[in-house]
Amino acid sequence: MTTTMAQALNAALRDALKDDDRVLVFGEDVGALGGVFRITDGITADFGEDRCFDTPLAESGIVGFAVGMAMGGFRPVVEMQFDAFAYPAFEQITSHVAKLRNRTRGALSLPMVIRIPYAGGIGGVEHHCDSSEAYYTHTPGLRVVTPGTAQDAYDLLRDAIESPDPVIFLEPKCRYWSSENVTFTRSGPAMDRAVVRRQGKDVTLIAYGPMVATAMETAEAATAEGWDVEVVDLRSLSPFDDETVTASVRRTGRAVVIHEAAGFGGYGAEVVARVTEQCFHQLHAPVLRVTGLDIPYPAPKLERHQLPDVDRILDTIARLQWADTPVVAGA
Amino acid sequence: MAQETLLPSAAQVRFVAEDGTRADQHGDYVEPAEDRLKEAYRLMVLGRRFDVQATALTKQGRLAVYPSSAGQEACQVAAALVLEKKDWLFPTYRDSVALIARGLKPGEVLTLLRGDAHCGYNPAETRVAPQCTPLATQTLHAVGLAHALRRRGEDAVALALIGDGATSEGDFHEALNFAAVFKAPTVFFVQNNRYAISVPFEKQSAAPALAYKGIGYGMRSEQVDGNDAVAVLAVLGDAVRHAREGRGPVLVEAHTYRIDAHTNADDATRYRDAEEVAKWREADPLKRLETYLKARKTLQDHEIEQFHQDAETFAHTVRDTLNTEPELDPMSLFDHVYAEPTRQLAAQRAMVAAELEA
Repeated sequence: MTTTMAQALNAALRDALKDDDRVLVFGEDVGALGGVFRITDGITADFGEDRCFDTPLAESGIVGFAVGMAMGGFRPVVEMQFDAFAYPAFEQITSHVAKLRNRTRGALSLPMVIRIPYAGGIGGVEHHCDSSEAYYTHTPGLRVVTPGTAQDAYDLLRDAIESPDPVIFLEPKCRYWSSENVTFTRSGPAMDRAVVRRQGKDVTLIAYGPMVATAMETAEAATAEGWDVEVVDLRSLSPFDDETVTASVRRTGRAVVIHEAAGFGGYGAEVVARVTEQCFHQLHAPVLRVTGLDIPYPAPKLERHQLPDVDRILDTIARLQWADTPVVAGA
Repeated sequence: MAQETLLPSAAQVRFVAEDGTRADQHGDYVEPAEDRLKEAYRLMVLGRRFDVQATALTKQGRLAVYPSSAGQEACQVAAALVLEKKDWLFPTYRDSVALIARGLKPGEVLTLLRGDAHCGYNPAETRVAPQCTPLATQTLHAVGLAHALRRRGEDAVALALIGDGATSEGDFHEALNFAAVFKAPTVFFVQNNRYAISVPFEKQSAAPALAYKGIGYGMRSEQVDGNDAVAVLAVLGDAVRHAREGRGPVLVEAHTYRIDAHTNADDATRYRDAEEVAKWREADPLKRLETYLKARKTLQDHEIEQFHQDAETFAHTVRDTLNTEPELDPMSLFDHVYAEPTRQLAAQRAMVAAELEA
C-alpha cells in the first residue's frame, strides 16, 4: 500500500515495540504530540506512557539517560528534534555511546538508536537544516544509516533497533512526505549494504538520504543527453559498502558523489578517496562531487542555490571527460 | 512545607569535631553502628596506604598518571560502604580508593591509569561503571541505569561520584533534572575538595554551598563535613535509603579538601599556599575518626596496629601487581569496536597482523 516515509517510520517503531518489550521510545514532544514531524503519532496512546514518553528538553540528558537505560537492559530509541539541536548531545554520543563497548572490552554494550531528522529542503529557518552526517561517520563505534525511500525507512529502522551496536539514524526530513508502496516485512539487503537503485552503463551517481530521489530524477533527465546513468543508494554511511559501490564504478568507469552537506572535509571526500583507491585503473575521469556550498546553511529563500539539483548534477556529469565534450574548468 | 524538606541543613552535618570529640550538629541523623565505623576506619587506613603507593608507583613510571584522593578518604570509603552489592557505583578518575573499598583488586582499579586498557574490571559483574574522565557525563548514565533497574523491579540504587568543578558542567544539571522528574533512585555525591585542578571553589560557584543546587530541581539535598567519616556514612546511608524506598533522588555535598596536587603532573604550589594545606592536614579525616573511636573504646591500639600492618601487606601486593607488566595483544585493538568487526576493520586487522609478522 502507498505509505509515506513518515508513516513507514511510525510503523517500524510500532512493530519494534510490539516485538520486543525492551524497546522504549523517548525524547522531546514524542508523547501526546507525536513528535514535531508526527513520526511517533499515536504511539503513546496505543502503547502507553511506559513505552513512549516525553522527557525534559535537554539533548545531552536524553542521550546520557538512554546510555544508562541501555546499560540497564533496555533498547532506547530516542529522537533528537532537529539535526542542529542534537549538538548538545555530541559529547555523550562521541565519548560514551560510541565507545562504551570498547572501553569495557565487551562487558557492556549499547543497543540504542538516535533518530535525527536532518538536511534541508523544507524551508526551515537556521539551525533546522544541517547535514551533520560527517560528524558521526568520523566516530568509530557508531553505525550511521540513512534511508532514501519509504521502504528503506521501515527496513533500516527495524534493523537499527535490532542492532547490537548504537546506530545514528538520519531521517531526510524533506522526504518524510514522499510515498511509495511499502511492505512491512523486511526484504531488503542487510543494514550495512548499499543498493543499486537504477542500472546504467555510463556513469554512477552515488547518493544517500535526501539526494537519492534527486539522483534518480537526474538519471531520468540524463537520458535526453544520451547518458545511461546508474544510481547507488548508500543506505549505510558507516560502515561503507565498498563492494557494491566499487563494483558499480568499475562497470561504468565514471562516478559522481552527491550530498547536501558542505563539500570541504565532507563525507563525499571519503567516498571519492575510496573509489579512487580501489577503481583507479577502471576510471575514465576523476570522481567528482556535487555538494552543498561551503557556507552556513542559508536562509530559506536562498536554499535552492545551496542544494544539489538536477541541473547541477547534469553539469557535473558533463565534466567527466567524455570523448565528445571538453573538460569544463571550475570548482 | 514540602520545599523545606528539600533544603540542606544550614550547617554541615557533623558527628565528630576536628579534634575527635563528639559534635552534636547532626539533626535527626542516626550514628552508624560501631562495627560499621570500625570497618570504615580499616578501609580508610587501607585506602590511604594505597594512595601513597600509587603515587610512588607513578613517580617510578609504573602508572601514566595518578589523581590522588588523599584527604578524601572518609568520602571515598563511605561511598562504597553505603552501597549493597546490587547497587551501582559511578566513579570518576579520582575515586580509586572508593573502588578499593568496594572490593575491586588494585590491578583492576589501576588498569586505566597504567595505560593497559580503558577499564580494568567488568562493570556488569562488579556494578561499578568505568572510571569516567569526561566530567559529569556519568551522572546521566547513573540516572538512566537507576531508572532502568527500578522499571525492572529491582530495588537497586545508583550512586554517582562527582567533584565540585564538574557541577558547573551542563550534564550535571541535566542529570539532576532527569533524576528528579523520573524519580530515579540516584544519589549524587559531590566531593567538594575545593579545587578543580587549579581553580578554587570561590571561582567555580557563587552558591553558598553546592547542596543548594538540589532544591531548584525539586530534589532533597544535604551538606556534610566530608572529613567526618561518621557524618558522611550517616548522611549518605540515609540518602541511599531514601532513594531505595522510591522517595526520589538525593544530592549530597561533602566539604573536604584535596591534600595533594590534581595529579603527579600538576604543581599545586602555583595556585595555593602551604598554610592552607597545613590547616587542612589538621582536619585529617583518618586521625579524627581514630581519636573518636579510641575515646569511645571502639578501637584498640592493637587493632590499629593490625590495620596498618594489613595495609602494608596490601601495599606490597599493589607494588608486585604493578611491577608485573601484562602482555598486551595489539590484535585486541580491533575487538569490541562493534559487536562484529566491520569489513574495513577486518582489513585493517589483517594489515596490523602482517606488520607484526614482518
